[in-house]
Amino acid sequence: MSDNGVPRESPVAVAADSGGTSAPVAQFQSVQRIYRMGDQEVRALDGVDLTFRAGEYWSIVGPSGSGKSTLLNVLGCLDRPSEGTYFLGGEDTGELNDDALSELRSRRLGFIFQSYNLIPQLNVLDNIMVPLLYQSHPPADGEERARELASRVGLGDRLDHRPRELSGGQMQRVAIARSLVNDPDLVLADEATGNLDSQTSMEILDLFDELHSEGKTIVFVTHEASVSERAQRVLVMGDGRVCEVRETARLAQELAT
Amino acid sequence: MRGSGIIASVRLGISSLMLHKLRSGLTTLGVLFGTSSVIAMLAIGEGASAEAQEQIKRLGSQNVILRSVKPAEDQNQGSQTTRILSYGLTNDDYERVATSFPSVGRVVPSRLVAQEARFEDRMVPQPRIVATTPEWLEVSGRLVENGRFLTKSDSVGAKNVCVLGTELARDLFLFKDPIGQRVKLGADYFDVVGTITPRVRFDSDAPGAGEETTQELFIPLSTADNWFGDMNVSRRAGSFNAEEVELHELLIGVDNKDNVIGIANAAREMLERFHDEKDYEVVVPLELLAQAEETKRIFNIVLGSIAGISLLVGGIGIMNVMLATVTERTREIGIRRALGAKRQDIVAQFLVETVVLSVGGGLFGVALGLAIPQIVQWYTDMPTLVTLQAPILAFTISAGIGVLFGIYPAWRASHMDPVDALRHE
Repeated sequence: MSDNGVPRESPVAVAADSGGTSAPVAQFQSVQRIYRMGDQEVRALDGVDLTFRAGEYWSIVGPSGSGKSTLLNVLGCLDRPSEGTYFLGGEDTGELNDDALSELRSRRLGFIFQSYNLIPQLNVLDNIMVPLLYQSHPPADGEERARELASRVGLGDRLDHRPRELSGGQMQRVAIARSLVNDPDLVLADEATGNLDSQTSMEILDLFDELHSEGKTIVFVTHEASVSERAQRVLVMGDGRVCEVRETARLAQELAT
Repeated sequence: MRGSGIIASVRLGISSLMLHKLRSGLTTLGVLFGTSSVIAMLAIGEGASAEAQEQIKRLGSQNVILRSVKPAEDQNQGSQTTRILSYGLTNDDYERVATSFPSVGRVVPSRLVAQEARFEDRMVPQPRIVATTPEWLEVSGRLVENGRFLTKSDSVGAKNVCVLGTELARDLFLFKDPIGQRVKLGADYFDVVGTITPRVRFDSDAPGAGEETTQELFIPLSTADNWFGDMNVSRRAGSFNAEEVELHELLIGVDNKDNVIGIANAAREMLERFHDEKDYEVVVPLELLAQAEETKRIFNIVLGSIAGISLLVGGIGIMNVMLATVTERTREIGIRRALGAKRQDIVAQFLVETVVLSVGGGLFGVALGLAIPQIVQWYTDMPTLVTLQAPILAFTISAGIGVLFGIYPAWRASHMDPVDALRHE
């Protein structure tokens, strides 16, 4: 879908795959996501093939309406493909019912949102532990892990604070800790620095880099070019398709060392 | 949110509700007043009917009471005349009842004597002097307080003895022990041999004109025949009225409860045949009891419906607020769903909140509902009775209403699309 609503020539779709050797974490095979609005069809995703492998660091960019958010929602099992298959950790998500998808989210995925999305009536510690709350077999050391993560993001002394008592950067740190508490296969971030000033944004992105260096698989959506260059690879979306996959300076640097 | 998580989810529910203290408080008030009004109304209804039933029972549910009544048409006659009015139950009626009715245990005749009672310088102008037989005590179900009641030998010997009701004893003797003293009735002296407990009154048992029902005094019927005859004379300025009544009351003790109605009907039929005008009445406590129970049932249904409606309104209030809450917390629902909450987790979360609201309201409502009857009783002297079922019933209904009216909002919350919910502002 173009910005003025008039179909234009579709860009050539490319398959996003690093071709690396590590195990695939998330895999799309000709995924389409079609919304019907009245008699109009909106192809938010129009045949996407991609493979994100363990330990990779991806950013997704593209104009608004290009399908970035839909891509992230499908990756996060919040939305289902209309056509095509999505494998998460080798499991065909199309086979799973609502409950099983929920369980998958609480075990395998970590979410970080632009507007932090903390639960206002819970304190920092409880907010970090929310994903564990919904696991059918929550780990015994959940609280310990949550405390460690809180200290790690620099909020070890604010466990009893409510979200409204924190600054934006602090709230996003809590959200990051929350996204890690279930030791996810894939961390998904949607404009994680969009509401933050540049200084705080840098701190948050440094935290992402740190996670990446520890081997976490991270995919984040952004519209800022400077931010997207932080990843190893940039996936450019346009009209519901993958237009381009670009390797960044970071990757070259990492390969060099 | 399973297993030991119930306490945690209740805690979370409370903390979510505390985010809107005023709103939660007002919602709770709806259930609170519903619950307390159920309890209070049932207590007032029960109290009113329990008192009436108790009074009727003490009148003797196995008794049939025949009474003389002054015929209605005579009451309008001029007061400047000298006349003798003769009416009421007769000794023949007594004979017929005593001999011809089956399954009659005892028949106790009594007559009222119009005399003043004196002791030393104290005088009671119009005591209720009942001339009767010794069986009266047992059939009426009254109890001796001190001394004894009339005995067979008092009757046979037509002795000048009397038994006082507590009130008359107090009025005449103050704090002195009346037993062994002599009371002057009219021109004659009577030895006090005992006192008995007060008479129980109930609404349909209206006293006769000028009759002070509680100042009672009992003498043997035979003694009354000897001294006072059937004639009761009342003198007023310029007039002289006399009433001739053979018997004022026939108290029939029936041997079996099942026969009470039959005896009552037979008595009505008999009296109708032998009396030209309606100068009698038949009082059947058992019928009154049935009437009282029916009245109570209707009373309870009406009060219960009103209270039930107010509980229903409270429930609708809860549902309304929960629907608003769900809409307002759409984003939170989205977050929880994204972080792995299943639909049932969301349902549980919101149901817990509704139940906390309604159970909280229910608990305070029970407390208030127990207090209201006390307050009513304190200020109005209206008897109230809180049965055990009332608070249990009211509390169960209020908790049930919480679940019932919570289901729809919770269901709505759980069926939101996570993506839309997350996008909600």
